[in-house]
Amino acid sequence: MYVAVKGGEKAIDNAHALLAEERRGDVGVPELTLDQIKQQMGLAVDRVMGEGSLYDPDLAALAIKQAQGDLVEAVFLLRAFRTTLPRLAVTTPVDTAAMTVRRRISATFKDLPGGQVLGPTYDYTHRLLDFALAAGAPAPPAPEGDPAVMADAMPRVTDILAYQDLIEPEAGDTDGEGKVADLTREPLAFPAGRDLRLQNLARADEGFLLALGYSTQRGYGRSHPFAGEIRMGEVAVEIVPEELGFAIEIGDITVTECQMINQFAGSATEPPQFTRGYGLMFGRSERKAMSMALVDRSLRARELGEEIEAPAQDEEFVLYHSDNVEAQGFVQHLKLPHYVDFQSELVLVRALRREAAARRSEAAE
Amino acid sequence: MARSSNSQAPGGTTGSDGRAEWMGLLARASEAELEAAWRALVPDQPAMAYDVLRAPQQGLTMVRGRAGGDGQAFNLGEMTVTRCSVGLADGTVGHGYVAGRSARHAELAALFDALLQTDTWADRVMACVIAPLRASRAMARARTAAKTAATKVEFFTLVREQSADSE
Repeated sequence: MYVAVKGGEKAIDNAHALLAEERRGDVGVPELTLDQIKQQMGLAVDRVMGEGSLYDPDLAALAIKQAQGDLVEAVFLLRAFRTTLPRLAVTTPVDTAAMTVRRRISATFKDLPGGQVLGPTYDYTHRLLDFALAAGAPAPPAPEGDPAVMADAMPRVTDILAYQDLIEPEAGDTDGEGKVADLTREPLAFPAGRDLRLQNLARADEGFLLALGYSTQRGYGRSHPFAGEIRMGEVAVEIVPEELGFAIEIGDITVTECQMINQFAGSATEPPQFTRGYGLMFGRSERKAMSMALVDRSLRARELGEEIEAPAQDEEFVLYHSDNVEAQGFVQHLKLPHYVDFQSELVLVRALRREAAARRSEAAE
Repeated sequence: MARSSNSQAPGGTTGSDGRAEWMGLLARASEAELEAAWRALVPDQPAMAYDVLRAPQQGLTMVRGRAGGDGQAFNLGEMTVTRCSVGLADGTVGHGYVAGRSARHAELAALFDALLQTDTWADRVMACVIAPLRASRAMARARTAAKTAATKVEFFTLVREQSADSE
């Protein structure tokens, strides 16, 4: 029997009003502005844009404010907003070799062309709480160097290795430029191509990817990685509008790219070569770009003829569970009324207990 | 009289006559910068008539990347974009495509794009709007480059005595 239940509207309205009041907090404390969030909570904004799969710092800042800093909730808000907009264009692939680099490091070559550029990093900080920040001390201006230094070419480390044929070449577009898998248009299908996998990983939950990447390092699908190169900076976004027929730039976006270099034994037909794992994210998120590159490499087990035995190598497991909007939706749906389902379980468990009791008393007689 | 935007790019497929560059600068400018430039350029606003051919429309563009930077294309994620098209009295059409959701930014970008294609306005808009945008962008990039350059690592190799062959 299905029983429709109504009610609770008043309670829901009041709960939302209470939430709004809690979100604002003490009105004696100045309200946060979106500019403050964008400027001073930039890494949170970046994470929300990345996992929300929508690059718009203003919207991400609003989502963070609305969600009281709950970033997964903010990601959900951004994903919901995205569905209200039509898609007007698809960009030509961003050229990370032409990035305006703000950070670029390699763990494989000390003296690579273009050098090691640390940029704004938390590496080498001592992770000691800085009470000067609590006191509101202004930051001293960052020192300036010779800008001409940054004009040196910064080839990708993988291009340097590729030049000597020591790393596998990247496969080109298998289906031509027009055919790129898009999980926002079609449901996941397996086996998944690398394009579909990379799209899924780019918007995946950072914690999930971090744990999976970590698991590969600890032996669950070992791939012997080196951080060949990590770079962060701005790339131009280019589209070719039909009415113009030539490429124009609509702005710049900040991205982080990670090239993992991994071991590979080679085969009867191919000489031993390094293999690749790739990570690319909206915004500044080195931890996630590195995790993505580790998991991308693990998911290539099938094409590289490796045995699939660890979670990070199982594409159905990874791709189906990486999205935090889907995951939190299914976990939290358990809060919805299951009164009837639960009633039927109650009836069942009582019946089972009666039977068990009857059997026990029979045995005792 | 409209100057053909294709005058130096036969077929109009490259935008090599500078149109792609100015559209990129207009897209990167802020709405406030373009508004100020527009007021400075045409103090008597009503005298400059133009039609909005395609009202500003907010939408998305799917940003693509390539595996390994140069391999198979994949969809990285979307970004917001706003477009607008305007027509001048002489029939010149201008287009604006700008990242973000500002309708006015897209409209002003389209308007400047149209003016830059006319003989009457091209030089003035180039001098009063595009050149300053180009200069301020170059300055901002140089400032970023200078601060980034200061974080470049200079390695010192410590050579131990009696072990000339070690690094």
